[in-house]
Amino acid sequence: MTALPTEPARSAEPAPATTGDGLLLPVPDDDGAPFWEYARRGELRVQACAACGVLRFPPRPCCPHCQSFDSEWRRMSGRGRIWSYVFPHPPLLPAYAEQAPYNAIVVELLDAPRIRLVGNLVTSADAPLDSVDPSRLRIGAGVKVAFHAMADGVTVPRWLLERP
Amino acid sequence: MSGALKDATAIVGIGQTPFAKNLVESERTLACRAIIAALDDAGIAPAEVDGFASYTMEETDEVEVAKSIGAGDVTFFSKVGYGGGGSCATVAHLAAAVATGQATVGVAWRSRKRGSGKRPWTNTAVQLPTPGQWTRPFGLLRPADEIGLLARRYMHEFGATRDHLFNVALACRNRANQNPAAMMYERPLTREMYMTSRWISEPLCLFDNCLETDGALACVVVSAERARDCRRKPVYVHSAAQGLPAQHHGMVNYWNDDPLTGPSWATARHLWKNSDLTPEDVDVAQIYDAFTPLIPLSLEGYGFCGRGEGAAFTEGGALEIGGRLPINTGGGGLSEAYVHGFNLINEGVKQLRGDSTAQVPDAATCLVTAGEGVPTSALLLRS
Ligand SMILES: [Zn+2]
Repeated sequence: MTALPTEPARSAEPAPATTGDGLLLPVPDDDGAPFWEYARRGELRVQACAACGVLRFPPRPCCPHCQSFDSEWRRMSGRGRIWSYVFPHPPLLPAYAEQAPYNAIVVELLDAPRIRLVGNLVTSADAPLDSVDPSRLRIGAGVKVAFHAMADGVTVPRWLLERP
Repeated sequence: MSGALKDATAIVGIGQTPFAKNLVESERTLACRAIIAALDDAGIAPAEVDGFASYTMEETDEVEVAKSIGAGDVTFFSKVGYGGGGSCATVAHLAAAVATGQATVGVAWRSRKRGSGKRPWTNTAVQLPTPGQWTRPFGLLRPADEIGLLARRYMHEFGATRDHLFNVALACRNRANQNPAAMMYERPLTREMYMTSRWISEPLCLFDNCLETDGALACVVVSAERARDCRRKPVYVHSAAQGLPAQHHGMVNYWNDDPLTGPSWATARHLWKNSDLTPEDVDVAQIYDAFTPLIPLSLEGYGFCGRGEGAAFTEGGALEIGGRLPINTGGGGLSEAYVHGFNLINEGVKQLRGDSTAQVPDAATCLVTAGEGVPTSALLLRS
């Protein structure tokens, strides 16, 4: 048998974008960075075309309706409805497996029902991902945004039941 | 140009390795074994191969394959993205290349050690897929979670139930029980097993998810003229299509007007437009089944029933042999092997040759689809 070739040295992998506990932090791209910056300030804002006014999500360089490259970030009321939800069970990344089953939801915004955000339904902004009794989740339930600081300078929107 | 591809090429050889949870050989070795088996099936010498097509996720590249099998000068090679959405497109690209003279003998393949290897979603250093910043921090980590959200909404809007998803899982399992090469050959499924199995991402349970498989498959595409001189009965590529619909976002397709109308619809429009056939003419279908809900969605998309009727379509044994539309007759990704849908292509060929282990009598037309929920592709094959 010939000797096994040695593995070529790999270029350093980017540091995993996780909290100390191993939860995944958002890794913004250029288009998404303003969303996360506004979230850090406790504001839910969605990209809109500065020329024709149509909202779009996820953010992108130009407007698919009028092709304008000018955009603005419009503040939302933060109210929405649950569009769908799942309860992930293991196998999961360890930090998520610890809280499983938890919920992951899609929220349609009342201000713009075609804009739907993935998030978590929790009992308070900083509560665990499994803090809401699963029987409380139903499609159409009213929710409002809350902001949770996952790590230094990294804030994510989360969702509370309007009628807890 | 319309129709230039129609019946111009044929699949004349298929090959596969064993399917298992843990195969000893490397992905590269498995790829070469499947390709050489397919060429042997066709009766074509490897030195004649001048075209290759595979998936962007395929780790064995054309350079390795070509030099290992002893290909000649290669004049066409392409890779298709979006995981299992690319399966049928590999054959479509070869068909286009052969029909336009860019190649004469094309090989498509997929080799994967998913059974013993790492799952793509466990990599925390890359945010897969591209919109990961909008989903992964919230624990929407795996394709099962992403499709589970669509499945829950589909059940809510159209009254689909877990029994409908069970119908899909059962049809695939029943066919696998007839197929000695299938991973689930001797493992029947009951409704009780299904309803009491563990959740993966509720509303999806264990049996709503495809298998984890090591294995490789390949097929050989040549011109229709050349096909008549090959060892096996030709299976013609009657129509082929890819589909990336307007405002589509990939697996996490929650952001367009109607997330339940996925890439199948766009692909189907192009597929039927360039075909002499309609959905009623399809004798048997191999429908991409990484998850059971993809079947009702695809049945709607490809026009076998109306919007919202895909779940009800599965009732009364419709997907079984003798039903309205027998599907995944080798067992599919749910019960034969999950090799990014390539086994569905080879099973379509077996049906039209008349030598499937679950043969549909006199099958002359077969629809093969790639992954619904991502930019996808499909083939209409005929004998
Ligand atoms: Zn605009």
